[in-house]
Amino acid sequence: MDEIWAGALAGLRLVVTLDPALVDITLRSLQVTLTAVVIASAIGLPLGAWLAIRRFRYRRLVIATLNALMGLPPVVVGLVVYLLLSRAGPFGVLGLLFTPTAMIIAQVIIITPLIASIAHQAIRELWADYHDLLISLSTSRRQRIATLIWDGRRALLTASLAGFGRAIGEVGAIMIVGGNIDNATRVLTTAIALETGKGDFALALGLGFVLIGLALAVNIAIHMVSRTESDGRW
Amino acid sequence: MIRILTLCLGLLGTAATADTVRMAVTTSFENSGLAEVLLPALAEDTGITVQMLVVGTGQALRLGEAGDVDAVLVHARAAEEAFIAAGHAPYRREIMYNDFVLIGPAGDPAGTAAAAEIIDALDAIATTEAVFVSRGDDSGTHQLELALWDRAGITPEGAWYLSTGSGMGAALNTAAGLDAYILADRATWLNFGNKAGLALLFEGDTALFNQYAYLPVTLAQDPDLARRVEDWLVSDRARDLIDGYRVAGEQVFTFNATPE
Repeated sequence: MDEIWAGALAGLRLVVTLDPALVDITLRSLQVTLTAVVIASAIGLPLGAWLAIRRFRYRRLVIATLNALMGLPPVVVGLVVYLLLSRAGPFGVLGLLFTPTAMIIAQVIIITPLIASIAHQAIRELWADYHDLLISLSTSRRQRIATLIWDGRRALLTASLAGFGRAIGEVGAIMIVGGNIDNATRVLTTAIALETGKGDFALALGLGFVLIGLALAVNIAIHMVSRTESDGRW
Repeated sequence: MIRILTLCLGLLGTAATADTVRMAVTTSFENSGLAEVLLPALAEDTGITVQMLVVGTGQALRLGEAGDVDAVLVHARAAEEAFIAAGHAPYRREIMYNDFVLIGPAGDPAGTAAAAEIIDALDAIATTEAVFVSRGDDSGTHQLELALWDRAGITPEGAWYLSTGSGMGAALNTAAGLDAYILADRATWLNFGNKAGLALLFEGDTALFNQYAYLPVTLAQDPDLARRVEDWLVSDRARDLIDGYRVAGEQVFTFNATPE
């Protein structure tokens, strides 16, 4: 119990003094995860909507696969991305291994199925309501997807935030493809793993509290910007 | 979509910049804290930034084999020589050494502190079936531990022998939680923050000598830079820093590089 207090204090001290190393790794965490969320949303949201309105032979199989991929083990993703980006691998010439870009690629692979799956659930219900209207207006498939995404934006925001939540706390994959290099690819989660390894539990826990605070701040900021709770809307 | 992706990759694809050497090092080297002394001095003298990847010896050699790092700094002679024989590195250069120590519960239920040699101490642990935590990750420390068991004529197995598959610090955390015996390198032990009920029980056997060597990787992106890092590591400046490094008032590394 003492160590949890010591951790909270350590976290508070880091934040209050704006420790330069902490600011650096926190910004990198945000940069990597937000970029990954934007890319994964750009892929996952339209994919979820498309799966909701399009009927084709293997649709159920695709949806089941997508749902199963939500539980993709990050370590395996990390290992596969490592083998692809390794200089001995097929994309080795790009020189992306052990860079933030490699971490973004791994995170996009991890969270895209999650975002697409949640988006699919939300859009499916909306589509049931909008089906007759959109068909009678003889809209094109592209217009239908755009309408559904726009009108379902609050539910889709939840999908993206779920992706953010999984990505910001992820450590297994980015440790392998990023390498936890000081001043280059060290982020909050890998720093926590490092400090735990050194037995410095207070600092590790302090960084953990910073991470939780960061996730909270991002969620609140996005809700404020998108005004989900304003004007008497429930 | 593709355009956005390419843009993002382009923006972030600031891969290895000029004068950056990637070096895979062992957890024991990083956890000891010496890296934080050596690397800034190296950057100051040579202008080379060393990006450290902290992994076990096994993974470090794999990274070197694939050319993902430019050099490795490890401590497992047999594995290093196999690495050179396979053509992944031209040679190995000995830099410094530290030593391993046997850590265990302060009460020492197996009576290892009275042992004359490390293999006697291990024998006492196996006989009393006192809990022993092994790294189990093919690291240099793990390989040395296995070699010692082998010399003691013991096959470590049973409920008392826990192979954790984790780094030095994580394994020490496990040992601290279980009040178990563990073989650790001295530097990491002295630097370790969560000693709990553990104490240093046995030290000083020559079999516990731990040589670190630098191996430039054959597939390195810029062999010249790796060479300059090596030259600095064997310089007088590095000697003073390595020999002068103290943890809790104790010298933990001894420089022993020889001029070519």
